Amino acid sequence: MFKEITCSINGKECTKVIDVRASLTDMLRNQYHLTSVKKGCEVGECGACTVLIDGEAYNSCIYLAVWAEGKSIWTLEGLMSPDGELSDIQQAFIDEAAIQCGFCTPGFVMTTVEILNQKKLYTRDELRKLLSGHLCRCTGYQNVLNAVEKVMKDRLNQ
Amino acid sequence: MVGKSIPRVDAFDKVTGRAKYVEDILPQDTLVARIYHSKIANGLVKSIDTTEAEKVPGVVKIVTCFDVTEKHYYPTAGHPWTLDVSHQDIADRLVLTDRVRFVGDDVAAVIAENDVAADQAVRLLKVEYEEYPFVLKPLEAIKPEAPQIHDDFKRNILRVTTREKGNYEEAIKEQGLIRVEGWYSTPIVQHCHIENHICTARTENGKIVISSSTQIPHIVRRIVGQALGMDWGKIRVIKPFIGGGFGNKQDALYEPLCAFLTLQVGGRPVTINVSREETFVSNRVRHPFNVHLISHLRADGTLVARKVAIYSNQGAYASHGHSIAAKGMGALAQLYPCEHFSAEAYTVFTNTPVAGAMRGYGIPQTMFAEESHIEDIIKKLGENSLNWRRNHIMPVGFEDTFSKNVHHYDSFNQCFDKANAYLDYEKKVELYKNQTGEKRRGVGMAAFWYNTAVWPIALETSSCRMILNQDGSLQVQLGETEIGQGADTAFTQMVAHAVGVTIDKVYVISNQDTDVTPYSSGSYASRQTYVAGFSITKTAQELRKKILDVGYRYTRVSVDLLDIVDNNLVRITDNKVVMTLADLANASLYDTDFSQHISAEQTAQAKSNAYSFGCCFVEVEVDIPLCKVELIDIINVHDCGTLINPALAEAQVHGGMSMGIGFALSENLLIDQKTGKVLNDNLLDYKLATFMDHPDLEAQFVQNAEPTSPYGTKGLGEPPTCPVAPAIRNAVLHATGIAINDLPLNPHKLFEAFKEGGLI
Repeated sequence: MFKEITCSINGKECTKVIDVRASLTDMLRNQYHLTSVKKGCEVGECGACTVLIDGEAYNSCIYLAVWAEGKSIWTLEGLMSPDGELSDIQQAFIDEAAIQCGFCTPGFVMTTVEILNQKKLYTRDELRKLLSGHLCRCTGYQNVLNAVEKVMKDRLNQ
Repeated sequence: MVGKSIPRVDAFDKVTGRAKYVEDILPQDTLVARIYHSKIANGLVKSIDTTEAEKVPGVVKIVTCFDVTEKHYYPTAGHPWTLDVSHQDIADRLVLTDRVRFVGDDVAAVIAENDVAADQAVRLLKVEYEEYPFVLKPLEAIKPEAPQIHDDFKRNILRVTTREKGNYEEAIKEQGLIRVEGWYSTPIVQHCHIENHICTARTENGKIVISSSTQIPHIVRRIVGQALGMDWGKIRVIKPFIGGGFGNKQDALYEPLCAFLTLQVGGRPVTINVSREETFVSNRVRHPFNVHLISHLRADGTLVARKVAIYSNQGAYASHGHSIAAKGMGALAQLYPCEHFSAEAYTVFTNTPVAGAMRGYGIPQTMFAEESHIEDIIKKLGENSLNWRRNHIMPVGFEDTFSKNVHHYDSFNQCFDKANAYLDYEKKVELYKNQTGEKRRGVGMAAFWYNTAVWPIALETSSCRMILNQDGSLQVQLGETEIGQGADTAFTQMVAHAVGVTIDKVYVISNQDTDVTPYSSGSYASRQTYVAGFSITKTAQELRKKILDVGYRYTRVSVDLLDIVDNNLVRITDNKVVMTLADLANASLYDTDFSQHISAEQTAQAKSNAYSFGCCFVEVEVDIPLCKVELIDIINVHDCGTLINPALAEAQVHGGMSMGIGFALSENLLIDQKTGKVLNDNLLDYKLATFMDHPDLEAQFVQNAEPTSPYGTKGLGEPPTCPVAPAIRNAVLHATGIAINDLPLNPHKLFEAFKEGGLI
């Protein structure tokens, strides 16, 4: 069964006909070629497929594409400014050596967008908890945490 | 350039989502293949009924083990090939098999137009088996009455090797010796790279073209050729970005099957996209070890004689085989040298998932046993953990008779000093001495050594190609692969240094393509920075000579007086820039009389490897009623020689420490003893360390330049994982007085141990 789904992706209104069984990961990767949405488990355990849906971070692999109707979806591809400038979060991931194989990176960055949009000053332990939906086997999470904390403090002028 | 923490060369592409991994660049028209895995642990497939499966719309072809009529048995280990037949890896795999040896073995494959059809059809296959008895534990499998898993390996022993020094039996007759004995065991763990293995194959220009998530493209080409009985040149393997490997992808995984399947459908593209569940069961795991150690000491602490037995669980197929247990045994002979040493290592087949290479290659297991045992010895002697180690660990000047490795500096003590200072270890040893509460603190330490690269066990070769572009920049190709560790960045820095150009003028081509990229074996054995150091310097020498020869033509300055510094040709007598490299490259290429494309290519062989040293110190808090270990603080200190990129080196250590923490505290692939089936084949039930499971990770270095490396560097990829588990185990011992010798130290184990020890 197929259904026409209209939603906003990275700020742009889009419509496609989607297999109703498809996950949002499938739709974003296969219909829109947004390959930053990574598949590590497809059952909501690893966090690699995380995207923002109406500002909230979700594992898109366990979110049906049909539920995206009318929603605003952001993927990593949408973070760069129109003139090609990286977001402060992306830059911090580079500066803090928080990237290794890079496969979990898009998901981490998207959750970081959600966390820092709260405009709160979190402790490192609170940040750990907020980021704990993501698995990474390369970094030991250390530099990811440093990058997120750095941007948080920069934004709050701490 | 070398020694600076420049950002990763691939960071921008990765942080913008532009870096393309195998699944991101699949052919649009690819078919998908799903594998039917054996449901039994040992037996024979009698028949496969495909009738119902074939009716599923979208199914293109079903290929079963009975369609594999030409039986090309092949080895899968990502070892460099050897022409010495006696040292070749064991060829015991078929792309699909009717003789199944573990739950998860590969029996049949459905090729379909989409995943859903393929999945449905796999579920509809009706497979009849003749079931054989099975055996899951190596100590059971070596008994004469155990079921025989492979015909050629009696008592299921893949291989046994021994190592003898002095005379153990005579030495232990000495009166008054103190005897310490222990059994130590490690669990099955899996690599858990976040990108599962995936490969896609098609035919093009009469060749099979494979794109794969692999650490070893050149080796995979050879293995696919062997598996299909085809000339190796007819196979082309491409490696794009890959999402981690940690040794699992240092094996030919599903590339041979994928290549076989594309030939079944006329060379149309076929993709095998492995699920997380299959990654746990049907890829590779780390060998679980049972280690038996007996040490005899004099009252003054002198190690007189030691006896070692290692039983390594190979699982169902040979893969990397005995190399892992043998490497572990070799490490034991050297960390605390002893005059009389008698060791044997067994690698034993069982009906469990196949064990292969995993970060540390036998050393995390062995170091757990060794450094736990050493702590037990020290406790029995009533000695100080740090001081005893200082006095008995591999001394400065120690030379291994086999590898010719030399312990050049006082690396262990330098590492210990840094870790001790950071953790305030010695003070805390006293501070936490006599605790009684429900929550108790403890500190622990462990050391390790690790080989860089695989010489003299196997070939160590690396090839490099450099091409000078018109603007004076360089394209560089190496067979060594970027798998996330930062190899391309380190190579960029090394090339810039060796040629005399700035970092921004070096483009290391990240993707390997066996039709284009010069030969190297790939990413394993913590070898790449070390071995590529040789090929980069050798190639740079050739390139520089060519550049300077051309430079003479245009500058009339003798080549003996020319150097390349910061992208310029410089006359060394007065440091005058006589020509830019860009001008030279342009002039050379477009010269109407002497047009020359300037490039260089060299192969370098490393006939040395180097000891990489380090230690881990930890502080834990043990909640006795909850049977839970909380890691309070942890530091690894490494001497991996001169650092090429300190920030990336530090990041590499963090990842290894995290993997070591999982190995110590939570990771355990459980197997149902009644069926042989893996019980926790997913990231929810298999507990790798999450963000919440460890504190900040401290990584420090001692930089003693390695004399055998052009850059003073040596291995760091695997070492960080090696000392973590025993340090944690020793800290729990310090906190509670309970020595637990069976990893992981999860609440289940602690409960039993604390109950036995009278703590609860």
